[in-house]
Amino acid sequence: MTAEATRAAILRILGDIAPDADLSRVRGDAPLRDELDIDSMDFLNLVIAVASQLAVEIPERDYARIATLDAMVAYVEAHTAA
Amino acid sequence: MAEFRMPSLGADMDAGTLVEWHVKPGDRVERGQIIAVVETQKGAIDIETFETGVVESLLVAPDTEVPVGTVLALIREDVPTIASTPAPAAPAPPSTRVEPSTTIATAPVAAGLRISPRARKRASELGVALEHVAGTGPDGAITTEDVERAAGSTTAPARPPTPTGMRSAIAAAMSRSKREIPHYYLWHSIDLEPALQWLAATNERAPVAERLLPAVLLVRAVALALREFPEFGSAWRDDGAVPPTGIHVGFAVSMRDGGLVNPALHDTDRGSLVELMQRMRDVTQRARGGGLRASELSDATITITNLGDLGTHGVLGVIHPPQTAIVGFGTIAARPWVVGDAVLVRRVVEVSLSADHRVSDGHRGARFLRAIEAQLQHPEAL
Repeated sequence: MTAEATRAAILRILGDIAPDADLSRVRGDAPLRDELDIDSMDFLNLVIAVASQLAVEIPERDYARIATLDAMVAYVEAHTAA
Repeated sequence: MAEFRMPSLGADMDAGTLVEWHVKPGDRVERGQIIAVVETQKGAIDIETFETGVVESLLVAPDTEVPVGTVLALIREDVPTIASTPAPAAPAPPSTRVEPSTTIATAPVAAGLRISPRARKRASELGVALEHVAGTGPDGAITTEDVERAAGSTTAPARPPTPTGMRSAIAAAMSRSKREIPHYYLWHSIDLEPALQWLAATNERAPVAERLLPAVLLVRAVALALREFPEFGSAWRDDGAVPPTGIHVGFAVSMRDGGLVNPALHDTDRGSLVELMQRMRDVTQRARGGGLRASELSDATITITNLGDLGTHGVLGVIHPPQTAIVGFGTIAARPWVVGDAVLVRRVVEVSLSADHRVSDGHRGARFLRAIEAQLQHPEAL
């Protein structure tokens, strides 16, 4: 999966989790929680969906490394089997 | 014949608008089945029936606003069978039914219109008739973009916009609360270090889908403390306190563009933490995306408000009538904490209680907060 496809997949997941959020405004380098006003419940749903749909399990200790959309894309890319 | 009525989903709800039927006359319904969607000031709510039987007639047409208590439909209840008689046959044929003259013409039933409160609000603002909008969201849900696209096309008939009511519903409930309820407020700091260490270890071992958030521990701790202090789950009705029939903790869910709802988690004191966490995730998502049930909006016996995600130290909540207490949690933050003679760094949360002085007193309130604290010192037992 290309980085572009990964980004699209994550945005699709975010759209499912937060259908009332405006995804068109998301900046890649800004904290997702602020960009979409998502809370810890949404964030857990995001992590669960990434695990089930993209087959990447993100341990809690790595949450700080996936705070932005760009960082999450990079993390998923790095942990996806080649 | 059972009457299916416009329910009251809050102390200040006077009326609701029937948005759509999920059934038509002759359909079989089961207790708990969602059979209608009603637009209230808190958004579109799925309404369940409390009867099992066959829909006799629908008495109110979609897009009609009616007062709370109005009969919306008649349901012919199942007749209990006697052991010696054969099982009941299929529902009686239409020719044997008496159709009231007020029965509405039934249009083909749409298969569950799913739409978020935000999209519904946008549709209202733009005057878009939702039945003509094709949903592109999850499970065909109508998104804000779908509504705006429909508004820009010439095919979607318009109807007069109506203002969103959630803000006015909150205004009415909170004004009534502050006008009628003599609040008292208590504040307590709780060492969450044991609970958070247990949580981290538990999550480390658990599959991703079974991870827990600190919020689930707080909710369960309040629920268990209510077993000991049930008066904080009372309702105030007709100038008296009505004891609760169960422990149904409501938790405030904020909408991203303003407003909030506090859906109930039925029997919050029962079941595993994993199950409770999944229910909290589900209800939160439905609160924001559409699909809350009437019972979830009307059954809460106490509310928890948690602003910890935003870094707020604490919150003193306003009681949601007819409830008589609200528990508030602030952010979980590392603080200097005295243990014996030592000052240690511990993660601490501020918990508050706003309670109705007509029903309880500060002494009991303080003990209630101590009971919540005690529950959180033994997370493995939650």
